[in-house]
Amino acid sequence: MTGRVVAPDDASPADVPADELYDAAPCGYLSMAPSGTIVRANRTLLQMTGYTTDELVGRRTFAELLTVGGRLYHETHFSPMLHLQGHVREIALELLRRDGRRLPVLVNAQLVRDERGTPLVVRAAVLDASERRAYEQELMAARRRAEESEARARDLVRTLQQVLVPPAPPTVPALDVAGVYRPARHGDEVGGDFYDVFQTAPGTWFVVLGDVCGKGIPAAVVTALLRYAIRDAAVSQPTLPRLLDHVNQAMLRQGADRSATVVVLRLDRVDDAWQVTSCSAGHPLPLLVPAAGGDRQVGLPGTLLGILPETRLHAVELRLAPGDLVVLYTDGVTEGRRGREFYDVDRLRRNVAAPAADAQQVAQRLVDDAVAFQGDTTRDDMAVVALRVTD
Amino acid sequence: MEVAARFNITVTGNASGQPMLFAHGFGCDQNMWREVAPAFADEYRIVLFDHVGAGGSDLTAYDEERYGSLRGYADDVLLICRELDLQDVVLVGHSVSAMVGVLAAVQEPERFSRLVLVGPSPRYVDDGEYRGGFSREDIDELLDSLDSNYLGWSRLMAPVIMGNPERPELGAELSASFCRTDPEIARRFARVTFLSDNRSDLARVPVPSLVLQCSQDVIAPVAVGRYVADTMPDATLVMLDATGHCPNLSAPRQTIEAIARFLPESRGLRAS
Repeated sequence: MTGRVVAPDDASPADVPADELYDAAPCGYLSMAPSGTIVRANRTLLQMTGYTTDELVGRRTFAELLTVGGRLYHETHFSPMLHLQGHVREIALELLRRDGRRLPVLVNAQLVRDERGTPLVVRAAVLDASERRAYEQELMAARRRAEESEARARDLVRTLQQVLVPPAPPTVPALDVAGVYRPARHGDEVGGDFYDVFQTAPGTWFVVLGDVCGKGIPAAVVTALLRYAIRDAAVSQPTLPRLLDHVNQAMLRQGADRSATVVVLRLDRVDDAWQVTSCSAGHPLPLLVPAAGGDRQVGLPGTLLGILPETRLHAVELRLAPGDLVVLYTDGVTEGRRGREFYDVDRLRRNVAAPAADAQQVAQRLVDDAVAFQGDTTRDDMAVVALRVTD
Repeated sequence: MEVAARFNITVTGNASGQPMLFAHGFGCDQNMWREVAPAFADEYRIVLFDHVGAGGSDLTAYDEERYGSLRGYADDVLLICRELDLQDVVLVGHSVSAMVGVLAAVQEPERFSRLVLVGPSPRYVDDGEYRGGFSREDIDELLDSLDSNYLGWSRLMAPVIMGNPERPELGAELSASFCRTDPEIARRFARVTFLSDNRSDLARVPVPSLVLQCSQDVIAPVAVGRYVADTMPDATLVMLDATGHCPNLSAPRQTIEAIARFLPESRGLRAS
């Protein structure tokens, strides 16, 4: 084997004797005229493609050695990049061999111009990339599977959350009720906040809002348990403290191993007015905004549920007049942070006090403001229920 | 965002001249015109832009629904015309943007004086008697090629593509980033491009048009160029002695001369 230096004059191959370094290089090597026609190819490239020199040189273009998809890619990317930046690197293509089989390759190419900038020749190195391609295809398949399963998980979360939070509360006569739920972050996890509005007898309605500690499926299981235990106890238990104590026992019996805070309002229609009983189990107290002006928190703090066998819970009563507004919310609203600052009850009070067309606007505006306060990166989910007496 | 930034609009040339709007095709950006557009700068007001998703456009402006068909891209062309108050426009569209230009001219014919269609194809996939040159399987294979090549696409390049002014040190890499696109957007654009069918729009173009056809073009074969010119009411076909799909890069002089001959007002071009 003699190692002669090859003159870099690929454009006129007849003058250049074949060189072992060139011919037996560990990569395919070819030169093309600006038109794309192959003007020179080394032995490795012939072996890769299965063609003879006579079949390639002066007869075929580089693009003709590619699959149809590869040709499209060549025209839309490879060739423009070569013209614009003078080279392309690591372009993945498939060679169509003479025997019809395909060979995955990586191609680097360089455009050589004369001193006036006119393209003279394109030189390309072609590397067998069969194994790399197999590996890449596995990566692609894995990525697609991951994307699909992520999409499925999101769907599942959305469905589950809809089961836990009613999309629209039922219509209650003489009362405008609206609830807004907002998941944390991207909504890719079931949150622990929930609310419910239901009727137990003619003229008797319950509004419930709660927050199960934690997120994800384990929290969702407890949320489901709570929601149905509350509906059950609302019928079977005579008072709100007994109702919530009953729910506490159910949680302990189930070994839920997860605490929850809940606030329950019982509304009775008496003499064309709403008689309201409120009871909170460890939950932020509801805010009452009377039509006459001012505001106050309603009720007394009580034991949270799911931890202690004994509960200390207190019911308070109030009478709502037309125009009076009551807002229930979870700590995702008030404990939302911007730096070290909390959204807090004061901001909530100011937001809720502003004039609103209906309960939906009150609830939605509060959630929007709390989200904006945190700069759209909400760590916790939020639930708000607003109710306003209509006449 | 400002329209100018959204489309990375570049305005050069004769400020009081007739506007000449260049639209690049699938796969690259306004750099596709750098050998051709300057030749018209003395006489014309040259407007270049990047389609949303390509080059220096604002990637965040990409909307799956708007860009789910070529109509969204045509709406963008009209939006740019309105924003820059372009009248009497000579629209030069390459590849898929030839059809984008056709759609824009059908929608607002009064806006355009002439169309130059470089390598147009109203439908790439064969359909009965019509030969677009590709089968559906071929197009799927292209999408696979895109996937393999975008494996090397790095998220790190995204700020460069979006022209992030806060990281000027990345500017140096910009020169090496021609034709880089967000892989997801490229995939969608490829699908919209190669599965489009605009044959029925051709007959509705009321503007004098020039079809520039390369003698050997695997993307838009000669028969397709002929079909386009024959179907349009007022179109001239000019064959360029060039291989490939990008005569604006591989045969810029021929491209410039053909366009100049088509524009009656053109005199004293730099290239001639």
